Amino acid sequence: MLRVEEIHKSFDDFKAVNGANLTVEKGELVAVIGPNGAGKTTLFNLITGQLKADQGKVIFNEEDISNLPPYKICKRGIGRSFQIANIFPRLTVFRNVQVSVFSQQGKSGKLFYPAEKLALEETNSILENVGLLDKAENTAGSLAHGDQRALEVAIALGNKPELLILDEPTAGMSPEETTATIELIKRLADSRELTILFCEHDMEVVFNAAQSIMVMHQGLTIIQGEPDEVRNSSQVQECYLGGAEPC
Amino acid sequence: MFRDVFNLKSLVLPAAIFIVLLILPPIIPRFYTYILAVIFVTALVAMSLNMVVGHGGLFQFHHGVFYGVGAYTLALMLTKTSLPIWVGFVASPIIAALVGLLIGAFCVRLTRLYFGMLQISLGSLIWAIAFRWYSVTGGSDGIHGIPMPSFIGSSTSSYYFILVVVAICLMILFVIFKSPFGATLQAIRDNPDRCEAIGINVRRHQLIAIVIATFFAGIAGVLFVVVEGSVFPDLLFWVFSLEIFIMCLLGGWFTFAGPILGAAIMISLRTFVGIYTEYWTLILGVILILLIFFLPEGVWGYILEKFSSQSKEEIEKGSK
Repeated sequence: MLRVEEIHKSFDDFKAVNGANLTVEKGELVAVIGPNGAGKTTLFNLITGQLKADQGKVIFNEEDISNLPPYKICKRGIGRSFQIANIFPRLTVFRNVQVSVFSQQGKSGKLFYPAEKLALEETNSILENVGLLDKAENTAGSLAHGDQRALEVAIALGNKPELLILDEPTAGMSPEETTATIELIKRLADSRELTILFCEHDMEVVFNAAQSIMVMHQGLTIIQGEPDEVRNSSQVQECYLGGAEPC
Repeated sequence: MFRDVFNLKSLVLPAAIFIVLLILPPIIPRFYTYILAVIFVTALVAMSLNMVVGHGGLFQFHHGVFYGVGAYTLALMLTKTSLPIWVGFVASPIIAALVGLLIGAFCVRLTRLYFGMLQISLGSLIWAIAFRWYSVTGGSDGIHGIPMPSFIGSSTSSYYFILVVVAICLMILFVIFKSPFGATLQAIRDNPDRCEAIGINVRRHQLIAIVIATFFAGIAGVLFVVVEGSVFPDLLFWVFSLEIFIMCLLGGWFTFAGPILGAAIMISLRTFVGIYTEYWTLILGVILILLIFFLPEGVWGYILEKFSSQSKEEIEKGSK
C-alpha cells in the first residue's frame, strides 16, 4: 500500500533521514522505532508532505506522491496525527473534528449553510470512538493532555483515511494512559478497517501491538520485519538496544 | 438558508436595535443622524476586516485600501461617466474585490507578519495612485460634490438606505461566519499547518476569504460616498487602516459583533472628544492600554464572557 524508497533529507549539513525504506501492507499495524533523533518524525513529515525529500520516492497505492503538498496527500487517503498536540485550541472539541469531516466531504467551501447542521453523525461517531463525546462542547484548548492527544487522533479520523499515521501517539503519557491509547489504536484499526503506521519509543508497546517493525538509526533503515525477527537481530541489539538484553 | 441560521432567540437583540435605529431619525438632531450613518459605514468596514483578521488570522494591515477603492470607483463613475447609478453601486464592490484578489494572491504566499508587511506595501501603491494621479483622482484634493439621486439625497433618506444595506450585509456576513467555510477559516486561524494535513487548501481558502472581505469593504466604500458625497486619498492611507484594525481589537476580534461596538466607540470618541481637543487619540491611547491589561478579548468579548459564565452558573444552580 505504502512504499518508501531510499528517501533522503538533510537540514543544512545534518542528514536527518539518510536512506530510509519502509513498506506498509494493507490492514497492517506497522511501527517505526529508533532512539531520539533517529529521524522518525522527519520520515513521517516526508511521507505526508510537510517536508520535501531531497532524494527518493514515496509510493502510495501505486502512485508517486513524493513532493505533493500536504492537503493533496491527505486527499489521496493518508491521515496523520502529530507528536505535539496539534489541534484548533479556540474551537470546540466537536468543531475540531467537524472541520476535518467537512474537508473529507468537500464541504469546506460551503458559504450559505449553517455548519451546525452538517456532518453531525460522522463527527459524533468519531468522538464516540475515541471517547470524547461527553466533552464535545468543551473548548479544545482547555482539555487535559491525554484528551488532546485523543482529539488529535479524532481529527485525523475525520478524513476517513485508508492509512493513518500516528507520530508518537503516547508521548508524555503515564503507563496507564499508554496502555489505553494502544488499546484505542488497536480498536480503531479493527472497527474502521484502518492501516496504521506509528512510531514509538516504548519497546514493550511496540512488540506487543505491531505486526511489522521498522528500526531506524541515524536516519537509516536497519531492518524491517516481524517482531521476533527484529528482536533477534544482532544488528538491532547493537545499534539500538546498546547490546543490552532485548525486552 | 437564513431560517436555518437565525433562531428566534438570537434575533431578539439585533431586531430590537434595528427597530430603535429605524425610529430614531425624526427624534434626534440631524447631526446625530449623520454620526450614526458614519458609524454604520465604519462598522461595516470593520466587520469585513474582522472576517480576515479575527476569524481568519490574517494580518490584513491595510484593509482601508479596498474601502477607498470602492468609494473612488463610485465617485469616478458618477463624475466622469454618465452610467446609471446602480451600475456604480454594483461595480464598485466588484472592483474592490478584484483588487483584493490581486493583492491577496501575492500576500497569501507569505504568513503572519510577512503577510502584513507585503499587504501594507502593495496597498500603499494604490494609495500613491489615488494621491498622485491628479488628472483623474483629483490628487490630494479628492473629488467633492458627487451628485446623488434624490432617493438618497437628504440626510434622513441616506440614513435609512445605509441602515438597510448594512443590516443586510451583516446578515450575510453572519451566515458566512456560521457556515462550514467560516468554521474552516477559524480552524485555519488556530492552526494552518494542521489544516493542510486534513486536506484543506489553506491558501485558496484564505484568498477566498480576502475576496469576500474586500467585497464588503467595497460596499462600505460606496456607502461612504452616499453619506459624505466626496472622496479623498486619506481613505486609502494606512492610518485609517490602522484605525479599523484597532476597532476590531477594541470590540473583540474573536467575536462576531465586536467590531460594530469598536467602530461605535472610535467614531464617538473622535466626534465628541474631538470637539474639546484635537489630541483625542491621546485618550484612545489610554483606552487601548487599559484594554490590553483588563479586557484582552475586547469589550464585546468581555461582555459575552461575563454573560456566558453567568448563564453557566445559573445552569449549575438549577441542576443542584
